[in-house]
Amino acid sequence: MTPSLRISGLAFAYPDGYQALFGVNLEIAKGERVALLGPNGAGKTTLVLHLNGLLSGGEGIVEVAGLPVEKQNFAEIRRRVGVVFQDPDDQLFMPTVRDDVAFGPANMGLSGSDLDARVDEALAQVAMSEYADRPPHHLSFGQRRRVAVATVLAMHPEILVLDEPSSNLDPASRRELADILRSLDITLFMVTHDLPYALELCPRSVVLSEGVVVADGPTRDILLNDPLMRANRLELPFGFDPRNVPA
Amino acid sequence: MPSPHTHGHDVGERLFVHRHSTIHRLPAEVKTVAMVLFIFTVIMTPPNQFWAFGLFALMLVAVAAFAKIPARVILPRMLVEVPFIFFALLMPFFGSGPTVEVWGLSLSQAGLLAGWGILIKGTLGVVSSILLAATTPARDLLMGLERLKVPELLVQIASFMLRYTHVVADEMKRMKLARESRGFTATGIRSWPIIAQSGGALFIRSYERGERVHLAMLSRGYTGRLPQLVAVTTTPTDWVTAMSLPAVGLLIALTALWIQR
Ligand SMILES: Nc1ncnc2c1ncn2[C@@H]1O[C@H](COP(=O)(O)OP(=O)(O)O)[C@@H](O)[C@H]1O
Ligand SMILES: [Mg+2]
Repeated sequence: MTPSLRISGLAFAYPDGYQALFGVNLEIAKGERVALLGPNGAGKTTLVLHLNGLLSGGEGIVEVAGLPVEKQNFAEIRRRVGVVFQDPDDQLFMPTVRDDVAFGPANMGLSGSDLDARVDEALAQVAMSEYADRPPHHLSFGQRRRVAVATVLAMHPEILVLDEPSSNLDPASRRELADILRSLDITLFMVTHDLPYALELCPRSVVLSEGVVVADGPTRDILLNDPLMRANRLELPFGFDPRNVPA
Repeated sequence: MPSPHTHGHDVGERLFVHRHSTIHRLPAEVKTVAMVLFIFTVIMTPPNQFWAFGLFALMLVAVAAFAKIPARVILPRMLVEVPFIFFALLMPFFGSGPTVEVWGLSLSQAGLLAGWGILIKGTLGVVSSILLAATTPARDLLMGLERLKVPELLVQIASFMLRYTHVVADEMKRMKLARESRGFTATGIRSWPIIAQSGGALFIRSYERGERVHLAMLSRGYTGRLPQLVAVTTTPTDWVTAMSLPAVGLLIALTALWIQR
């Protein structure tokens, strides 16, 4: 089967000359849940911005379900790749939750009852249906993050990409989001610093360091690989032992 | 008596007063056009036809009554006008031509009339806008503007202001707290550079936020147009209902002009 995501030899330098990616290779099969780990400045967000063509112009190829990320495919690519950004206030720019969730599918050409159905379905998936008519700033941070997920689920993406989904969440919201993500039948690519979260949600992890993939394997093995972890400034929270987490 | 409940604490929503009335139900663009035309009829009326302004005021009172918006909501909101009142009050002192004595002050007659004109026309305009905002949610107003073919960029900017005033205000609050928790208190002119610097930082942050929002929009297929999300059907009855206001206004204005002639 065609993988949901295929990245090959992706290299990229910012216009100021700073090279952030040095030949990234990565393949994610349909339905897989993969965590992208790495220290600050490793190039994780830069990589994410390449998945739907927000950054481009470097070397290498990115394909989403077989379709290359190129200018003439951007409309379809942006439907296939649902990116949830780190700060929900960046993601939610419309006056109400409903309008915001409708934004993506409406851009795809949906309208009327089809559009309403999409919006209702996406809000139900993140358990936010009853907030549809609220303005985003009336919601708690955790609720806003969930709505941000709904805004891309409404586009029925091939792959859901989340940049630091658990950051700034209190423990209850963090768990609620995990429950929602686990309930989705979708390919998931999750950038995170939250290693227990990666272990909980993603059977497979990829470590990005200084613009290259330095490790790719079962999350538990990676978290237990002490030298690898230390070399990449990855640290488990105090008292957390992956061996005690049921598989 | 129950207080009129307003929705939320937002700049836009705070102005909306939830009621059930014909005026609330009218489509936003119909009301907007009616209001703008009404204000034009007020503006074209000569200031010395005092009776006409009495009738205009009565019309707005009638609209408020139909829309069930009480005076206690409208009056405090009229305070936005205060700076302009000062301007109007200055006119009689600087006008030229014949003068009158009021309380020992010598005031220009033309200036007095011009000042009164600004005051009453401004007030009627402000009250009309207050009524529009109280009977139309901010979001609908924006969508109405879009349907009226107001340049999309302007509508989008207004809509982002509506959404982000809060985010920026929060950021401002946090910066103020951060300054103060490090012992800064705003005292006189010496603290101005610090405040100016914070302003600069706020600008940069807002600018960066703008870039991130733009990326988020592109990610969801934005190509420069906000999608039309609600299909609003405007019936001829809506237009006739709403246009009765500027129509009566026009009648008054024309009569006033005719008498003046
Ligand atoms: N717009 C930009 N211009 C120049 N350099 C940038 C820009 N954005 C990020 N960088 C640099 O690229 C590197 C990778 O950044 P990023 O992808 O944001 O890392 P991560 O998300 O892993 O923390 C960092 O060193 C960062 O300073
Ligand atoms: Mg990042």
